[in-house]
Amino acid sequence: MLQAVKSANPGRGDEPWVGRSIERVEDAALLSGGGRFIDDLGVQPGTLHATILRSPHAHADILSIDVDAAKRLPGVAAVLIGSDVKAVTASLVVGVKAPVECWPIAMDRVRYVGEPVAVIVATDRARAEDAAELINVEYRPRAAVVDPLGTLAPDAPLLHDGFPGNLASDRHFSYGDPQKAFADAPHRFSIDIKYPRNSCTPIETYGVVASHDAGEDAFEVLANFQGPFSIHTVIARALKVPGNRLRLRTPPDSGGSFGVKQGVFPYIVLIAAAARVTGRPVKWIEDRLEHLTASVSATNRATTLSAAVAADGKILALDWDQVEDCGAHLRAPEPATLYRMHGNLTGAYDIRHVRIRNRVVVTNKTPTGLNRGFGGPQVYFALERLVQRIAIGLGLDPLDVIKRNLIDVGAFPYRTATGALLDSGNYQEAVARAVEQGRLAELKAMRDEVRARGGLYGIGFTAVVEPSVSNMGYITTVLTAAERRKAGPKNGAQATATVGLDPVGSVTVHVASVPQGQGHRTVLSQVVADVFGLEPKDIRVNTEIDTAKDAWSIASGNYASRFAAAVAGTAKLAAERVAGRLARIAASQLNVEAADIVFARGFVASKHNPENRIAFSRVAALSHWSPGSLPDDAGQTIRETAFWTPPELTPPDEDDRINSSLCHGFIFDFCGVEIDRTTLETRIDRYVTMHDCGTILHPGMVDGQIRGGFAQALGAALYEEYAYAEDGSFLTGTLADYLLPTTTEVPEPEIIHMETPSPFTPLGAKGVGEGNCMSTPVCIANAVADALGVADITLPLVPARLAEMVRGAEPPPAGGAIAASVREGDRRLRGEGQASVKAAPEQVWAMLLDPNTLQSVIPGCQRVDKVTETHFRADVTLGIGPVSGRYRADVQLFDLDPPRAVTLRGGATGALGFGNAEGRITLVPDGSGGTRLTYSYDAAIGGKVASIGGRLLDGATRVIIGQFFTALARKASGGGATGSGFSLFALVAKLASLFGGRR
Amino acid sequence: MTRLKADHRHSVRVTLNGKLVQAEAEPRTLLSDFLRHQIGATGTHVGCEHGVCGACTIVVDGTLTRSCLTLAAQVDGCEIRTVEGLAPSADRLGVLQQAFRRNHALQCGFCTAGILMSLDHYLSRNRSPTEAEIRDLLSGHLCRCTGYTPIIQAALEAAAQLASSKKETSDA
Repeated sequence: MLQAVKSANPGRGDEPWVGRSIERVEDAALLSGGGRFIDDLGVQPGTLHATILRSPHAHADILSIDVDAAKRLPGVAAVLIGSDVKAVTASLVVGVKAPVECWPIAMDRVRYVGEPVAVIVATDRARAEDAAELINVEYRPRAAVVDPLGTLAPDAPLLHDGFPGNLASDRHFSYGDPQKAFADAPHRFSIDIKYPRNSCTPIETYGVVASHDAGEDAFEVLANFQGPFSIHTVIARALKVPGNRLRLRTPPDSGGSFGVKQGVFPYIVLIAAAARVTGRPVKWIEDRLEHLTASVSATNRATTLSAAVAADGKILALDWDQVEDCGAHLRAPEPATLYRMHGNLTGAYDIRHVRIRNRVVVTNKTPTGLNRGFGGPQVYFALERLVQRIAIGLGLDPLDVIKRNLIDVGAFPYRTATGALLDSGNYQEAVARAVEQGRLAELKAMRDEVRARGGLYGIGFTAVVEPSVSNMGYITTVLTAAERRKAGPKNGAQATATVGLDPVGSVTVHVASVPQGQGHRTVLSQVVADVFGLEPKDIRVNTEIDTAKDAWSIASGNYASRFAAAVAGTAKLAAERVAGRLARIAASQLNVEAADIVFARGFVASKHNPENRIAFSRVAALSHWSPGSLPDDAGQTIRETAFWTPPELTPPDEDDRINSSLCHGFIFDFCGVEIDRTTLETRIDRYVTMHDCGTILHPGMVDGQIRGGFAQALGAALYEEYAYAEDGSFLTGTLADYLLPTTTEVPEPEIIHMETPSPFTPLGAKGVGEGNCMSTPVCIANAVADALGVADITLPLVPARLAEMVRGAEPPPAGGAIAASVREGDRRLRGEGQASVKAAPEQVWAMLLDPNTLQSVIPGCQRVDKVTETHFRADVTLGIGPVSGRYRADVQLFDLDPPRAVTLRGGATGALGFGNAEGRITLVPDGSGGTRLTYSYDAAIGGKVASIGGRLLDGATRVIIGQFFTALARKASGGGATGSGFSLFALVAKLASLFGGRR
Repeated sequence: MTRLKADHRHSVRVTLNGKLVQAEAEPRTLLSDFLRHQIGATGTHVGCEHGVCGACTIVVDGTLTRSCLTLAAQVDGCEIRTVEGLAPSADRLGVLQQAFRRNHALQCGFCTAGILMSLDHYLSRNRSPTEAEIRDLLSGHLCRCTGYTPIIQAALEAAAQLASSKKETSDA
């Protein structure tokens, strides 16, 4: 069912523009190909283009990097490796107190697949990529760890010396008296959660254009960065310039962000460094494989949550144990994901006693960053799953448990145990309306009906507080009170807006909100038109930011759902200040009191005598043309910049209470799902989402935010995961592996609204952009748990996982010489087999150790170097289909028992990835002059091949090995001693070359 | 079949939205890059470069085509339609574009060009599509902002409007 958006274009009355779904001013250009995204804009002639060579290993020492061949390629201007970047930059600031460095490029060690290893700068992108393939990097792999609990194990490989035990931060908090509450409570419930990694994956990737003025040592950067602009300080420090020598601008349009484009900042440092080294402007546009592999994602988190509960379902205390996995480096603003929700760890419930242990760990995965929902999905998944478990455990209705615990309407503004000040709401009323308007009774009847016919149907509920407008000081909760005293207070959320009047009296608005497609320009035109009595089309809004010229603060940017609540309200304040002065000017011209002035329909008029009026444009222009005729107290009306920060956003107190966000919307969701008994596909029957986001400024856009967040959350619930193998290989490097929902999977949610204005914001608005990313994954999970009758649910709910939950693990296939790996995330390939060769064991043995024979029989082999009698190196070029790649293979022989048996160990590396293998070959005379050759192997494939071809690898491997031995047997039959050799490095090279490739 | 030299640039001539354009391309240059960076038609966007996201979808000789999976050299002499050719005039949007604007069927607008091209192509051949048909058609496009349903709504509205204007024309 579709809900049409009501288009409410211009009424003629004086009703306000705010609150109407007017058409967006942004759309005409975007619908005609006239958008101005970063890669649509021209660059200065002579601009160079960069590409980035990345690590195929999750954890390895870099032994050497040979860039000579790459540098010699015509068109290549520079190749920067870690030491070159280090020479012109400083380490990125790390958000916790620890002796660790954080570079945007690997120095002497890589810690995740996709970590930059070299930046290649050339006249065009294709040449830069050609050069990248010529770079030889020698790695010595280390053991990798990808699990947040596994990384805390005593024997886990260490990532950074400065993070003992891979633990970057460990803090304990206690609010109220949780110990007593747990001791006294009749019931205790507990749940263990592993929240997966996922990302909102904007369709436009990162882009940076940077230049450096050596004379002034100043950088100019254009990037589709989204804020927060606190990161500007991180970039400037890394580039070793004061802030006024880092001019950061954003393009007019950005192709979605959802938080993710905050993560472009390490690349700003890298590309700016490249511009400095080359003395030329440098441009870089990320590709999709890079984005999926190495941009940023949400954190994955392991949580144990316990509740002390009364017999009636009232939750008396919570005990959180959160282990936050921030990936290989703790990159700014992390560990913010963990602390963003700190004030809201009791959700929508009145719970006075809370104990928290927050640990931040590092693993061999891509560093995390902003992602829509930011900490909310992880917290609510645990909390709302637990609420369902409490209900089941006590034999209560889950909805009754929710209602029993909701904060009372009379309690607002309500201070949570952990310090948040919930501004306003009426949660009981919202739930009641949703139950009625969303027709919960129908869903219950449907559940009974489906179950009666043997089907699987479940209903899930979620109640969520959606925080918005982050306190810039919440992250300091990771520090102890003593550390905070030393560092100085951090708090607030300065929003800025500028309103300007030009010489013909037309109005311009500028804000530093850096929209990523939401329609900020349209809403601001409504807000300011209302103040001046004009129409939105009279107001021209610019949302590009230029840190050299514009008003901005560290809080500027597009995150924490701060636009409607903070930025739009600040624009209103700026416009009102100008209007106040215009009123004084008009009052003197119209001979009335300023209090009698009203702005309406393009005029400034007397309220009492509307005929006594003057055109708005005439009053507005006066400050330009005749400042001398302004009344003395009016000042100028040419430009007004307003700054606004809410006083409620105070720093963490001595007891670690923090009002982490200014506004708190309320969401109550429920849904019915049906699960196919055969395919275990989850179908959403109905999804109802009730939102109270305070005053609604533009209903169409609010619904757009809800629908968009819902679709992304549906993906997170059912399909999406940034998957890693145990060795740290990244397995979802294409959009065919990282599955996003499409039109055929996303239903229309039934959206219900309630408006309880925020008393803390100028327009009464609260944020609405992230709520469904917090509420929907767990709501669907609760419904699926209800349908299947299971206690533990792990996202994403792909049919294979549900099958495992319902039917148990699939047994390995019986028989077959080569067993495929069956465990998810295990990239090891194991197998064994045998072949008959018409040559004596001595001859086969000699072939195996002879470089010339090897060179002639290994496909694509250019040369074989015999390093020692038992150590070989080879260069091979191998291709599958149109994609070919160069590989360097290195093989050593062990446990030689001539001519009976040998163990080979080796690896191959190339642009497409790497393979390592170990195998044992046994040669036995077959009694008729030939040899019976038996082999077994254990191989592992990683790098790009694993990211983009993992799905196909096992099957293809078996085919290749089969072909290899068919050919070997044929050759030996025909040519005796000159027959084919068997070589593990041919095998390894072939495996590594199977799939994919650069353009 | 003409053989192109890998290290040479070759002239590629196409009719783009009714106008003849010409530029040079290496044999390996993708059509998407050629349109954007050689011709300057930046309305077609690149989202994944492996044919999944659909942002780069255009019409080549009447056939919907992923321009990121097509080489520029392949389209020499072809007729190409892109998003820049959809509006009847520079200051007026077409029926489908207007329906998108009315229904808030776009937010960031990055994926929109490809979706518009698929719909424009489909609606010109299918006058009264069902919602299921539109959903099926657009399953080859990824949009991360809208949650899709406003796009479906816009497509159905545009289809109805196109059908009724067609009817009026034939009645007259």
